[in-house]
Amino acid sequence: MNNKKKERKGEILFSQYSYGSSIKKALSLSREDILFELKSSKLKGRGGAGFPVSTKWMLAAASISNEKFIICNADEGEPGTIKDRVLLLEYPELIFEGMVIAGYTIGAKKGIVYLRGEYGYIKKPLEDFIETMKKDNLLGENILGNENFSFDIEIFLGAAAYVCGEETALIESLEGHRGEARNRPPYPVNTGFNKKPTSVNNVETLACIPHIVLNGGEWFKKFGTENSTGTKLFSVSGDCELPGVYELPWGTSIDELLYLVKAKNTKAVQVGGASGYCLPKEQFNRKLSFEDAATGGSIIIFDESRDMLKVLKNFMEFFVEESCGQCTPCRIGNMKLLEGVNMIEEGKYTFNYLNKLKSLGETMQVASKCGLGQSSPHSFLSILEDFKDEIFSYENRGRNGK
Amino acid sequence: MLTEEKTSLVEELEGLVLMYGNKRSSLLPILNAVQKKYRYISEYAQQEIARQLNIHPAEVYGVISFYGFLNSTPKGRNIVRLCKTISCDMKDKISVEKAIERELGIKFGETTKDRKITIEFTNCIGLCDEGPAMSINDRVYTKLTSERAIEIINQVK
Repeated sequence: MNNKKKERKGEILFSQYSYGSSIKKALSLSREDILFELKSSKLKGRGGAGFPVSTKWMLAAASISNEKFIICNADEGEPGTIKDRVLLLEYPELIFEGMVIAGYTIGAKKGIVYLRGEYGYIKKPLEDFIETMKKDNLLGENILGNENFSFDIEIFLGAAAYVCGEETALIESLEGHRGEARNRPPYPVNTGFNKKPTSVNNVETLACIPHIVLNGGEWFKKFGTENSTGTKLFSVSGDCELPGVYELPWGTSIDELLYLVKAKNTKAVQVGGASGYCLPKEQFNRKLSFEDAATGGSIIIFDESRDMLKVLKNFMEFFVEESCGQCTPCRIGNMKLLEGVNMIEEGKYTFNYLNKLKSLGETMQVASKCGLGQSSPHSFLSILEDFKDEIFSYENRGRNGK
Repeated sequence: MLTEEKTSLVEELEGLVLMYGNKRSSLLPILNAVQKKYRYISEYAQQEIARQLNIHPAEVYGVISFYGFLNSTPKGRNIVRLCKTISCDMKDKISVEKAIERELGIKFGETTKDRKITIEFTNCIGLCDEGPAMSINDRVYTKLTSERAIEIINQVK
């Protein structure tokens, strides 16, 4: 992999940033000031769920405890998502400074980066950067001479489990258990890591913080749309000439993005990774934003040559393997949906049975315990609906079946 | 297993427990360290880790069986993991897959007879823009062609 930092362009995350400047500014402000700026920025979580960051931090700040934690969720596992890898390798200062500011704001002394096992090669550069920050007194005891504030960061390596991107599963994993999601409530902001108040934030969310602290919430709001403020990193892969990570304002339409990455003959775009939705051509005018086509940033492009049933099969195989198996709707449901895909592939399906599977998918969306099972039927439902002409044509199934 | 080997493993685990702390949250770092060195976590190691952390061995096994990168049965000295998720799959992963199988004479999920290499599939490793991608132990390789994949694997010791 080559270091492309110099070529990257963007209005917020990929803009010029002077290392250390946001911590300096943050420590001159009161906690309330920072929360106020965050609130006015309307920053929402970048992992996909889109929870308002100011609310999460206010709850964590209001929790009374002698110990609190900031966790950076770097368990980027959604198929098609590569933005965190880029941020961790090229912009660690933004992430770590965001964590320090988070610690200062909610009153935590300890930050943990939960790095996915697949990113083991990033651990060393991150630890080296932590040492640099310690030397510069941006981490460790009495940061920048502030006697009331100390903060440390530790890198914790996972061991390959998609579900650990779910915040309570992540906390279970940190505590040394199987990464099985917890019931919520209680929420991590009250009862998190080691039962202490914990704020779990996505890598990209934390990387936005230094820029908001430096430039203010009003400035941040200038980018994006009314309800989706700021910019977003889109991880683009699939059938296009220029795959990679792009920083674009929320509200960019899929058509505009396709033009930018030089995608040709595009048939479908998967927005939000395997757990997201597959949009056909007629919907390419939709806007990427929380209010329209919401996404954690994964954009996978399919051109006319792709067999959408094979795409769906790949997704369902992914979920069958990655379901933690704790709750029945997700464990059995995903297997049944995959079976259904195989039946179509072999030409051994009935519409009556497929309709039952669709209703099973809808049940999974409400009955599963965590986001994995709640979102895994999305692609099953959307691909079978929007590409039914292709999938159920006799000619196609005759060709793909045997 | 020889008693001497047992003792050296126990000492090694004691060192790890000392380094990460005698607490439940040290379990994953300890398991990762054992896995990295031996490419698997033996039953004996599992029991010893359980004893030192004061938890039941079934708890240790439960954690190992949950995570993709931990295993309780021996694997080759080098683990090659080829990404099979959609973006890599679309970039002709199948050619790379077939070439590796032909060259090594084994199927995915198997280990070479000399125990040098295990090949397996992995889900998305976050290199979707540079697929097809694979990892060998801690290193990653991108934009593979079948020929280049074989060159890389040939260099593995």
